[in-house]
Amino acid sequence: MKYAFFPGCVSRGGCPELYPAAKMICQRLGIELEEMPGASCTGAGVLQEKNELLGDALNARTFAMAEKLGLQIMTICSTCQGVMNQANYRMQKDPEYLALINSHLADEGLEYKGTAEPKHLLWILIEDYGLDKLKEIITRPLHGVRLAPFYGCYIVRPTEALDIEQHPERQTSLEQLIETLGATVIDFAGKTRCCGFPILTINEKNSMAMVAKHTSEVKDLGADAMITPCPLCHLNLDGYQPKAAAQAQRPIGMPILHMPQAIGLAMGISPKELGLQRHIMSVKPLLMKLDLVG
Amino acid sequence: MDVTIKVRRFDPDADAPETYWQEFNFEIEDTATVLDALIKIREDMDGTLSMRCSCRSSICGSCAMRINGHACLACKTQARSVMDKENTIIVEPAGVMPVIKDLVVDFDLFWKKIEEVEPYLQPEGPEPEAEYAASNESMLHLSGVTACIMCGACVSDCTVMEVDPTFLGPAALAKAYRFTADPRDGDADGNSIDRLKQLVKPSGMWDCTRCAECVQVCPKGIAPMDRIMALRDQAIEAGIDNSNGARHAEAFVELVGHSGQIDELRLPVKTVGITNIPALMSFLPVGIRALTHGKMPPIFHKNIENVRNLRRLIKKLEEPKQE
Repeated sequence: MKYAFFPGCVSRGGCPELYPAAKMICQRLGIELEEMPGASCTGAGVLQEKNELLGDALNARTFAMAEKLGLQIMTICSTCQGVMNQANYRMQKDPEYLALINSHLADEGLEYKGTAEPKHLLWILIEDYGLDKLKEIITRPLHGVRLAPFYGCYIVRPTEALDIEQHPERQTSLEQLIETLGATVIDFAGKTRCCGFPILTINEKNSMAMVAKHTSEVKDLGADAMITPCPLCHLNLDGYQPKAAAQAQRPIGMPILHMPQAIGLAMGISPKELGLQRHIMSVKPLLMKLDLVG
Repeated sequence: MDVTIKVRRFDPDADAPETYWQEFNFEIEDTATVLDALIKIREDMDGTLSMRCSCRSSICGSCAMRINGHACLACKTQARSVMDKENTIIVEPAGVMPVIKDLVVDFDLFWKKIEEVEPYLQPEGPEPEAEYAASNESMLHLSGVTACIMCGACVSDCTVMEVDPTFLGPAALAKAYRFTADPRDGDADGNSIDRLKQLVKPSGMWDCTRCAECVQVCPKGIAPMDRIMALRDQAIEAGIDNSNGARHAEAFVELVGHSGQIDELRLPVKTVGITNIPALMSFLPVGIRALTHGKMPPIFHKNIENVRNLRRLIKKLEEPKQE
């Protein structure tokens, strides 16, 4: 199994613990990754609000690079995933639009033929790798740990671009993964809502209200941690949780795990190697539950 | 087929008014909609169940409610398609707006937002000799927005309105776009500058998180979020860019155009403005916390390979917009 790896900016920027954790678990799973050093940011939906054609062209450029490698793309970020899917959806359904974009890519000798099917590691584990096979590699099941899923908007909506009709399993992918890891799912209505990150520098009060709402809801439901496939959600839910708790005037203290970190813990990889010490919200209570505090 | 409808109920006239769940188990036709099932409850089982409905064909917009946690029209939803393995369907009133009784919510908030965007044409300048002309193309484009039936599904599930009722919201902003994109509105060139200036204010277009809930739940394919993105583009194009949101979008393009990646240190600084000392100071505690946890993004981003190609592409596709 081999993929063209698109880690996204944040896994090497604001969440530098994510990139090595994802690579580590892929190595253990036997998933080969080939980097695309010339690939750019997807535009994250922000660039698209100013210039959608440009945003789509940037993604077409990345898709063309993966086609050249003869590989499908793997992402580790819900936002990258959704933005890529939306761009791909627009190009695949409209050959004229694709041709227009290709006319711009021609300057650097690239052409997107329309065959990309970018997939988040979460989807790859379920659709390509198989959760049964993943279960075989788990040496330290997370028994007794109560994990609340938090998807990130872009990997759940709009469903049309994400091909959910063909892949209904994508809607419950995180819950399936949590169960495979041996942990207990803490289900809650906020799991597919917005973390507030996109408006952090625009309306911080609302952004913090969203962080507080979701983290305190799962806290009250008895979750030991939240697990997310989106590093942008992680930035807000983890990095800004102290501020959100202050605004909401209540203690929260909810650890937020990147999805690959939870998988790594269940594979027996040490918390330190997974970068858990880099989190703003302490993961100590969770590690104590797993007997991992020396 | 057998169905269990679990309804969230509320009666303000009860001795001690409180929300409770009630289950109804009965037979419905295989082709029945959720509304058919609810009407059957009201007619045959419990006449006190309150709801709004009228046309039964997704035209009137009366029966928006939450079905299995997401807003939709009960008359447009096949019961069979939303039943779980135990044939259960969960029905709740729409969100964000206060519940009056059972499935009936108070639309005051919804209409106030619509009124706020002044939903009528406001041409400026001299009147034309004959009628105000509008091209077929522009009207066809607008028909995608005027198809809104004001059902409130988008408002019900808006993630921002859930925490902040002052937000104009998806329905009103889509309605605003219906006028800013109308060639008869605004100045002689059809630019609705005054409207856009109103809409960039706090609680306006830049407060949307782009969560796409409204796109997902709209029964008419209006895609309110896409209209909000179009409003943002219109505002930036019209030079109304003195807002964090506009600076954020512009800085994003500039920074990605430099290294090929997001620059997480410079983006927030450029968003609030380099001279905005209080806002910059407010980043400090978070920055220090990130620094002490080894979470600081790189100060200088390594350029992606052949970044020149990317810069050329960005320059080319940004240029025509600046003319």
